[in-house]
Amino acid sequence: MLTKRIIPCLDVRSGKVTKGVKFKNNVVLGDPVEMAAAYSDGGCDELVFYDITASAEGRPIDIAMVQAVARAIHIPFAVGGGIGGLADMERVLLAGAEKISVNSLAVLQPEIITRGARAFGAQCMVLGMDPVAVPDDPRFPSGYEVTIRGFRERPGLDALEWARQVADLGAGEIVVNSVDADGTRAGYELKITRMIADAVDIPVVASGGAGHPQHLVQVFREGGADAAIIAGMIHTGDYTIAGIKQDLQQAGIAVRRRW
Amino acid sequence: MLTIIDYRAGNLTSVQLAFASLDIPARITRDSRDILEADRIVFPGVGTAGAAMRNIQEQGIAAAVREAVNRGTPFLGICLGAQIVFELLEEDGGVQGLGLLPGTVRKFQPLDRRDKVPQIGWNAVHWSRPHPLCRNIEQDSEFYFVHSYYMQPGRPEILLGQTDYAGITFAAAAGQANLAALQFHPEKSGRIGLQLLRNFADWDGQTGSA
Repeated sequence: MLTKRIIPCLDVRSGKVTKGVKFKNNVVLGDPVEMAAAYSDGGCDELVFYDITASAEGRPIDIAMVQAVARAIHIPFAVGGGIGGLADMERVLLAGAEKISVNSLAVLQPEIITRGARAFGAQCMVLGMDPVAVPDDPRFPSGYEVTIRGFRERPGLDALEWARQVADLGAGEIVVNSVDADGTRAGYELKITRMIADAVDIPVVASGGAGHPQHLVQVFREGGADAAIIAGMIHTGDYTIAGIKQDLQQAGIAVRRRW
Repeated sequence: MLTIIDYRAGNLTSVQLAFASLDIPARITRDSRDILEADRIVFPGVGTAGAAMRNIQEQGIAAAVREAVNRGTPFLGICLGAQIVFELLEEDGGVQGLGLLPGTVRKFQPLDRRDKVPQIGWNAVHWSRPHPLCRNIEQDSEFYFVHSYYMQPGRPEILLGQTDYAGITFAAAAGQANLAALQFHPEKSGRIGLQLLRNFADWDGQTGSA
């Protein structure tokens, strides 16, 4: 049986892994390559790196870091942040990443998803989105609106409609990162995760809010997620990936047991 | 030397880095002479079958690969590189493969729409029989898969390992004599995947019990 994936997220700021709450107040946690190796040895199924200051600083993604990670670990990893177009995607993939995550870029230039999928394969194209709950706003029938540029801008897209559209454009996976849940460690946003998982035929990755192994049980069972991103709960050392997997297995959820 | 064939079907970085981490020297080539001189051949690939097969024909790689395999050079196909050694691929309206293994490559047709296509992620491989490639690998260990099509061997004897997905049990690994075809990506399957690549580098091309 295909197992549910657990994906630690490493937010990289000026070469260091950091963690913030609702995209703010970042504190330094460590070296990205060392942390990637430790999590890979610890049984994570995949990793994702966001070069969170690349687009704000108007510089390309840190390719040397991507290369160093690719030499250190031999499991799939995705890279996002600071991807400006196909040339950047190719550089990241040739450096050894398995996937590219696009978010704001795809909202501004939706055709980049199709072009990326044609050039490198749909499995490389991860669409990240940061929805925020907007209940009772008739402009957004799903009750969730897409935000971009780290929650700073609202381009006026309904989150569910956007998910359907990116699947049609050729995205290989969708990461649903709830702005409301991000950094709270109070559980994933199950509702929008479930709506999107039910609406598209590509894998859905839940993100934002993981603070306890039971949150992962919930998002796999009730949220319909194929994979879950975790950050704070393991960065702080409160939980280990092996421990989380043990809890998932006890709840009857298939996970990778040997690594 | 261990030779990785580049037929312009996807990214070879991960395969190259995996062998580098094992201190196994490897060269990347699309030159037929290098293929014929190789001690062992890795045939990776992602992308579409039609384009890959065209590249193989245009670059004259097909004949060199056939000759090397017939001579007994240990050969490892990975993902699209595994599918292409079969006779027929359903993709792109039907593509003729290299025909080194009997059988067809078919698309997943899940009945339950929670089974997404492509299959992306880690799934267990149940080895059908002892083989030098799965030495020191625990039965039912998971490997990393990314694929929409699966291998359907034309003869049961060539089945090496099986995996369950989308309501069926399919061939995750197949092979005969000095040829092995893997649907999953050992180069992205962590320590256990590296063990398999190490086993390939040690393999003499005989399929006696491991």
